[in-house]
Amino acid sequence: MGPDLAKLFRGNAPLAAGLSILGLLALAALILPMLVDQSLAQVGAVAPRRPPSAMHWFGTDAQGRDVLTVMALAMPQTLKIGLVAGLISLTVGVTLGLIAGFMGGWIDAAIRTASDVMMTIPSVAILVLVAANVRSMTVDLMAVIVAGLSWMVATRAIRAQTLSVRERGYVQVARLSGLGGLRLVFIEVLPNLLPYIAASFVIAVGQAMLATIGLEALGLGPQTELTLGMTIFWAQFYGAIIRGMWWWWGPPIVALALIFVGLLLTSAGMDRVANKRLGGL
Amino acid sequence: MYLDYVIRRFSITLLVFVLAVSINFALPRLTPGDPVEQQLNQLISTSSGSIGDVKAIVESYRARFGLDQPVWRQYLDYWGMVLRLDLGFSLANYPERVGESIAAAMPWTLGLLGMATLLSFAVGTLMGGMLAWPRVPRWIGWFAAPFLVLSAIPYFLIGVVLLFVGAIVYRIFPAGGGFPFDMTPGFDAATILGIAWHATLPALSIILAQIGAWAIGMRGMIVSVLGEDYIMLAEAKGLSQRRIFLWYAVRNALLPQLTKLALTLGHLVSGAILVEVIFSYPGMGYRLYQAIQSKDFFVIQGIVLILSMSIALTMFILDLIYPLIDPRITNKRS
Repeated sequence: MGPDLAKLFRGNAPLAAGLSILGLLALAALILPMLVDQSLAQVGAVAPRRPPSAMHWFGTDAQGRDVLTVMALAMPQTLKIGLVAGLISLTVGVTLGLIAGFMGGWIDAAIRTASDVMMTIPSVAILVLVAANVRSMTVDLMAVIVAGLSWMVATRAIRAQTLSVRERGYVQVARLSGLGGLRLVFIEVLPNLLPYIAASFVIAVGQAMLATIGLEALGLGPQTELTLGMTIFWAQFYGAIIRGMWWWWGPPIVALALIFVGLLLTSAGMDRVANKRLGGL
Repeated sequence: MYLDYVIRRFSITLLVFVLAVSINFALPRLTPGDPVEQQLNQLISTSSGSIGDVKAIVESYRARFGLDQPVWRQYLDYWGMVLRLDLGFSLANYPERVGESIAAAMPWTLGLLGMATLLSFAVGTLMGGMLAWPRVPRWIGWFAAPFLVLSAIPYFLIGVVLLFVGAIVYRIFPAGGGFPFDMTPGFDAATILGIAWHATLPALSIILAQIGAWAIGMRGMIVSVLGEDYIMLAEAKGLSQRRIFLWYAVRNALLPQLTKLALTLGHLVSGAILVEVIFSYPGMGYRLYQAIQSKDFFVIQGIVLILSMSIALTMFILDLIYPLIDPRITNKRS
C-alpha cells in the first residue's frame, strides 16, 4: 500500500496538493477549538471593533467577539456541514445510480428524469424556500437540506459507469457462473466504481459547501451557531466591509477559499486517477 | 429524431414548472399554523409597526388563499394565479405587488449576469484554447494559473475583496447601488456611464471567477480535438497556425462549451444573486435578500418561482437551438 500511494501522489501533483490543503485545514479544525478560550466567542466578551493586536491576533468583531476564537469554532462546523451533506448525497446518489444503471427500463427512465428535473431547478431557489419556512435553522438540518438537492451529480456519474462496467467481461463471467443480484453489485461492480465514487464524493462536498455558504450569505443559515458562512454574513450585516474591518471578514474568506481550492485540486487529481483506472474513458 | 428530443426536453421543462409551483404551494401549508397569520405575526414582532393596516392585509390574504376551500381547490386556484402571473402583494411594502417588484429588479440581474457571462465566456474560452495548443508561449500558462485558482472560489467572496479594495481602500468605484443617487435615470450617455460605473465591480467578481471555469472546459475540449484528422489535414495543407487554431480547433470545440453554458446556468444565476447582495445591486438577488431580512414571504416565494421558471425556460430554448447548430447532439442521448 505504501509505495503504491507514493507513486499515486508523485505523478499527480494536484491530488497531493489538494489533499494536503484539506488535511491541514481538517487538522486545524480539530486542534484549534481545544487551544482557544471558548468564552471569547460569546457576544460582548471583549471590546468590540478592535484591529488585530497582541491580545487578539485577528482583532474583534462588532458584537465583541474575538475573531480568532470565532474562526476556531466555526471551522469544524462548516467542515461538518460539507462532510455530512456530502456523505448523505453520495449515499443517495450512488444507490440511485446503481439501481438505474442495473435495472434499466422504466426505473432507469424515472430516476434519470428525476435527476434531470432536479438539475434544472436552481438548488438555491428551493433551499431558500425551505429555509424560509423552517422555524430555526441548525447545522444538522442545513446539511440534510443541502444534501437533498445535490445527489444528482453522483447519480449521473455512477449510472453511466455502471452501464459500462456491467457489460465488461468479468461481470459477464461472474453472472454466468451464477452470481446474481446484490452480490454481483457488491462484489464485482462496486469495487470497480470506487475511484468514481471517491471523485463524486469530492464534488458532492464542494457543492454542498457552496450551497451552504450561499444560504448563509442570504441570512438563512443557523443564526445561533458559528460557521464560516455566518461569520461573513454577520460581517456584511454590520457593514464590516464598508467600515474597513478587514480582519473580521478576511479570515473566513481565506479559509473558505482554501477549502474550495483544496476541493478543486483534489477533484482534478481524482479525475486523473479515475480515468486512468477505467482505461481513459 | 429531433422531435423525440424536443418532446423529452419539453416534458422535463414542464415537470420543472409543475414541481416549482407545487413546492411553492405546499411548503407554507406544510408548516403548522395559519400561514398568513404566522407570517404577519413574525413581521409585526420584528418590525416596529410600519406595516400599515394589518387587519386589512390579513383579510385580503385569507380571501386570496381561500383557506376554507378543500386542498385540491386551493391548488387549482394557485395555478390560476401563477398562470396569470399574479404573485400577490409585498407584506413589507404593502400595497406594492410582487410582480412589479420583480419586474423592476429583473433587468438589473439580466444585464449584470449577461454582460459578465458574455465577457468571461469569450476571454475564458480563448484562454483555455491557447492553454491546450502545443505551440503557444509559456507565459500564457503562468498568466492563466491565477484564473484557474479563482474559478474554485464562490463569486461573492471575490466580490467582498473587490469591494474592499476598489471602493474602500482606493475610492475608485462606488460601494453599492445600481446608479448614482443624485441622478434621474434616462436614455443618455451620463446614465449609461453611471450604470456601467456601478456595475464594474460586481461584474468583475463574476468575470474573474468564471474565466477559469470556461478555460478549464475549453482546454479539455481542444486536447481531444487535437488528435482529429481534420487538424492533421489542415497542417498538411500548410495553413497558418493561427488559422488552424481559430477556424479548425476552436470552432469545433466551441459547441460543447455552449452546452456547458446551459448546464451551469443555475449555478451562474445563484452566484450572481449573492454578488448583488454584497454590492447592494438593485437586482433580484438583493431584492431576495431584503425580502428575507424583512420576512416578506410572498416576495421570497415570487422571486424563487420566477427564477426557477426562467432558468428552466432558458435551458429549454438553449436545448432547442443546439441540435440545429450541431446535429450530433440529438444522436447521443445516453
